[in-house]
Parts: sequence; structure tokens; C-alpha cells
Amino acid sequence: MILTILQRLGHMLFVLFGISVLVFLIFFATPGANPAARIAGRGASPATLAAVTHQYGLDRPLPVQYGLMMKQLFITQDLTSFVNLGEPVVPELIEAAPVTLSLVFGAAVIWVVFAILVGVLAAAFRNSWIDRILMVISLIGISMPVFWVGAVANLVTQGAYHDTWLFSWVPALGYVPFHVSPFGWFKALIIPWVTLAILYIGLYGRVLRGNLIEAMQEDYIRTARAKGLGPVRILLVHALRTSLISFVTLFGLDFGVLVGGGALLTEVVFGLQGVGELTFQALENLDLPMIMATVMYASFFVVVSNAVVDILYAFVDPRVRQS
Amino acid sequence: MSANPSPGFWSVALRKLRRDRAAMTALLVLALIILLTALAPVYAADIARNDPFQSNLSGSIMLHGKSVEILAPADNPLHLGIEPIGPTWQLGPYMFGADDQGRDVAARLLYGGRNTLLISAAAAVICLVLAAITGIIAGYFGGWTDRIISGLLDALWAFPIFLLAISLSVVLIAHGLTIGPITLNADSLALPIMIIGIIYVPYVARPIRGQVISLRESEFILAARSIGAPAWRILALDILPNIITTLIVFAPLVIALNMLTEAALSFLSIGVQPPHASWGTIIQDGESLIYTRPLVAIAPGIAVVITVLALNIFGDGLRDALDPRAKLRVDQ
Repeated sequence: MILTILQRLGHMLFVLFGISVLVFLIFFATPGANPAARIAGRGASPATLAAVTHQYGLDRPLPVQYGLMMKQLFITQDLTSFVNLGEPVVPELIEAAPVTLSLVFGAAVIWVVFAILVGVLAAAFRNSWIDRILMVISLIGISMPVFWVGAVANLVTQGAYHDTWLFSWVPALGYVPFHVSPFGWFKALIIPWVTLAILYIGLYGRVLRGNLIEAMQEDYIRTARAKGLGPVRILLVHALRTSLISFVTLFGLDFGVLVGGGALLTEVVFGLQGVGELTFQALENLDLPMIMATVMYASFFVVVSNAVVDILYAFVDPRVRQS
Repeated sequence: MSANPSPGFWSVALRKLRRDRAAMTALLVLALIILLTALAPVYAADIARNDPFQSNLSGSIMLHGKSVEILAPADNPLHLGIEPIGPTWQLGPYMFGADDQGRDVAARLLYGGRNTLLISAAAAVICLVLAAITGIIAGYFGGWTDRIISGLLDALWAFPIFLLAISLSVVLIAHGLTIGPITLNADSLALPIMIIGIIYVPYVARPIRGQVISLRESEFILAARSIGAPAWRILALDILPNIITTLIVFAPLVIALNMLTEAALSFLSIGVQPPHASWGTIIQDGESLIYTRPLVAIAPGIAVVITVLALNIFGDGLRDALDPRAKLRVDQ
């Protein structure tokens, strides 16, 4: 057990190191322009360029540059933006985190509830019109670009139909902190939540339906039937429970990815000032230190959350522990 | 593991696919979309009768016997901003209206579709080739080779895809890329193709690696090895034909994923760069007009949805026909 956990942690450290090297190489060693010019932003003066070269040790060998970069990001946390004139990057990132967490958390609640509903209904009425309609809708949900759905949602709720009774409650785009007004927080986020959740409802609904149908062929289901249990009980208690295992794995991965930047498009479309929006603004100003910081912190978040999910798994599922 | 290229395997699969009505409809839709985008120059020259890559700030057209400005002052008390001409809904100039530079949206949709299709397909080829190479090498040689390749794939996999794409784009698209004698301009379509081609490699390489690992232990590979066949020969003649089905099953799904990614990157202005157009860039152009001329953003979105949906349906059919157990997650 402890060995499994240690192995997993070792693997995590290896991947973290790999990612940091990858990010570093992308930003500092891509052939083409001089990294100092990239970091300093557009039209920087020679003095700024010299300062950048010194701060990042760009006149020194690559491994030293890598070390300096990691130190500024994680130990001293004093990486500063050159585009925004010396604004420290890491505190800004921490300030934006609650917005992203609120967005992803709410969407996750919606997509889990609805995906289970879709998956169970489709599996229960397999090959009937209910199943077919649900699967077509899920497929459409998977095929829509999320930012486009967001733009259309804005058009409907902020534009054409804003003054009708249906959408007059929708507040202007933007985030309302939970501690300021819980209800305002909910109203500001409900449409972004649904927009973000659509893709995952389709995805998880399809996966769950497949797993349920597969589980229904298993021996223990036949045993349950032979014992005389009702079909609803068999589906919801026996089959659903094992089918949820891969559902939970997917959930761990996707939740991590969304918090770590996957929700970027939703944040941009709805004007929510989260980590993704921060990355997007940095992108528009070509503020490289900011982008490096968000990319590095976000991917670390993903890797660590994946490791946590795997370790929790080892506690929950005895089969994982033994292997 | 049904990938046994015995005679008749392909014809059986093809027959299965032909009987799949949904997949065949999807294929028809895809063929139609490709045909339409191929006709883009014809449409622009003979029906729209304007250049969809040229701003048209002061022109006007005759509509119902009246002259209508293509870019009119906005309909507000101060006449701030501009309002492009709306859709005429008749086959001719500005069928879907104009964007904020007075360019014909319908003609741009066709030209943009070409780029979107080209990028998605070319990136899928890159992705599948890279995934096949890495997956086969990691799976067949095992040991440290496997550990290093799998570690790299894991690192790539753990990267939130958009952040990876953003990092690559911000570095490449700001300055272009120079490797030795090859120079790619910042507006070259090759850059988004490369970026999108790289990011989904782990999604395909992992299942291929798994498949190769189990193939390696199978009798016919052992037999080949025992008669002293060199590794390259086994890889090319024995392993590769067995993973071809997996690659084919993945192809439409990867193209669909690439299309959504292209749209998203272009929407963030790090994908296709002007003067080129794609469905993603047209959605981006249309976002500022969403409350006045919603069709500019809605039409390319619908084009993306229809194409991706058709690809997904066709991909499902292909999977059922070739390899019912292949699994790929469609993820953003």
C-alpha cells in the first residue's frame, strides 16, 4: 500500500519535472526570436532588454536559466510582468483562482447530475426512442464549440430576449464574489455553468450508458436477477455502482484540467475574471511571464490532482492496491 | 484485437459500414461540405460577386430596387459605430450579410471551411503518424525506451490542452519559426497545423502502445523473431498492419477534435492568422457583432457543429465496423 503510494508520488514528481522542462524549452529554446524580446513584450527599450537578460540569466547556459526560472516561480515567487510594469505575477494568479473554482465546481455538480440521469435513462430504455433521442442530443452536445454556445447564450439572455420575463433576471456579464452576495453569485454563474456542463453531460452520459450496458451482461447481475430483485434496483444499485468507477476516474481528470485552464474559453466569453481570463489577457498583451506562470501552476495543479485521485483510488478499490 | 488482416476482413468491415445508415448519411454530409468549400472561388466570383478578403467600407448594393449601404451608420441616436448589411436570404451578394469590414460572410464561410478542413485533416495526419511511431517504439522495445517515451507522453497528457496550445502559439505565432533553411511566417497555416497535430498525440499513442505490447507476445511475432527477422521488418510488416485499424478508427474522431481545437484557438486569435480565414476566425469576427448581426458568429458555429457531428457519427460507425472495442474520448 505504502509502496503503491510512494511509486505514484515518484511518478508524479517525474511528470512535474517533465512538464517544467517542456514549458521552459517552449519559451526559452524555440528557434526563432530572442527570448529576451519575447519576455519584454512589444517595442521594449534596450535597457529593458538588458534587465530581462540579466533577471532570467539569458546570457548563461540553459540549465542555469531553468533553475532561475523555477526559483522565481515557486520559491521567491517574485516573477514580474514587464508588460504591466513590474506587477508581480503569482499574487494575481491566486486572486483569480476562486472565480475559476466557482465556475468549475458549479458546472461539475450540474454535469454529474445530468450525465447520470442521461446515462441511466438511456441504458434503461436501451434501443428505444428515448435512448436514441438522448444519444443524439449528447452527440450534438459533444460537437458544439463551448465558446460558440456561450456566445449564443449571451445573445439570447443578454440581447434579443433579455427584456422578456424569461431572462430579465440575468445580470450583466461578470463575476459576483460569493461572500458579497450568494444569490448574486449564483445568478452570475448559472448560465456559464450550464454552458460549460453541456459538453460533459454528453460525454459522461455516453460513457455511462456504455458502461451500464456492459455491466448488465456481468455474472453478478444475473445472480441478482436470479435472487428475484426488481429491474430498477438491479440497475440503480448493482450495475450503476460498478459503472461509476470509470466515471469517477474521468471526473478526476476533467475537473483538474478545467481548473487548470480548460475553462478558459467559458471565462473569456462570459467575462469572468478567472485564471483562464488572466491567461487570455496575457496572451493579448504577449505578457510571457504571466503566461509561463499560469501554464506552470495550472499543469502542476492537474498533475497533483491526478495523483491524489489515483491515491484515493488505492484506498477505495482493493484491486488497485494489490496490483 | 480483431485486427487480423485475413482475406475478407476489409470487405466484411466495408459491408458492415455500408449497412450503417447513420454513418452513410454522415459521410454524404461530409462529402457535400467538402464539395461546397471546394466551390468557394466559384461562389465568390459568380454568386457573391465580390472579394471576400477585401474590406468594402463604402460600397452599396441594389436590394429590392433600393440602394443599400454595405456598412451603414449604426441605428442609435448618435450613429456611433457601424452596422454591416444584414442577410439578404437570396442567392447573390451578401446572402448571409457582411462582417464589420463589409466582407461577404457566405463567401468567407466557404473559404474559411477550406482552411478549417485542411488544418483539421493535416493535423490529424501528423497526430496519427507521430502516435503510431511513438506507440509502436514504446510498446515494442519496452524497458527504458518505453519509460522515457511514456513519461514524455504523460507529461504532454497532463498538460491542459489549451495551455499547451497557447504556449506553443504564443511563441510561434508572434515571430514565426525558423529551423535551418525552413522559415515559416507567422501567418502560415503550417503553424496551427503543427500545434494542433502535436497536442492530441498521447490520446492515440497510449492505446497503440497497449496494443503493441500485447501483440509483441503473440505467436506470429515470436515466430518472426525466432527466424531472425530484424526489428524494423517486424515493426513494418507485422506490427504496423495490425494497428492500422486502430489508426483508421481514430482518424475521424481526431479530425473532429482538431476542428473544435482550431475553432477555439482561432477564436483566441492564436490559430489561423489574417489574411487567412477559418470558421474559428469568422466566429471571432462575429462576436463583436453578436447583438446586432448575430448570424456572422452563428453561421460558422453551425457549420462547425454539423461537420463535427457528421465526423463523430461516421467515426462511431467506423468503430462499430472495424473494432468495437476501440475507445477514444472526445474531449476539449
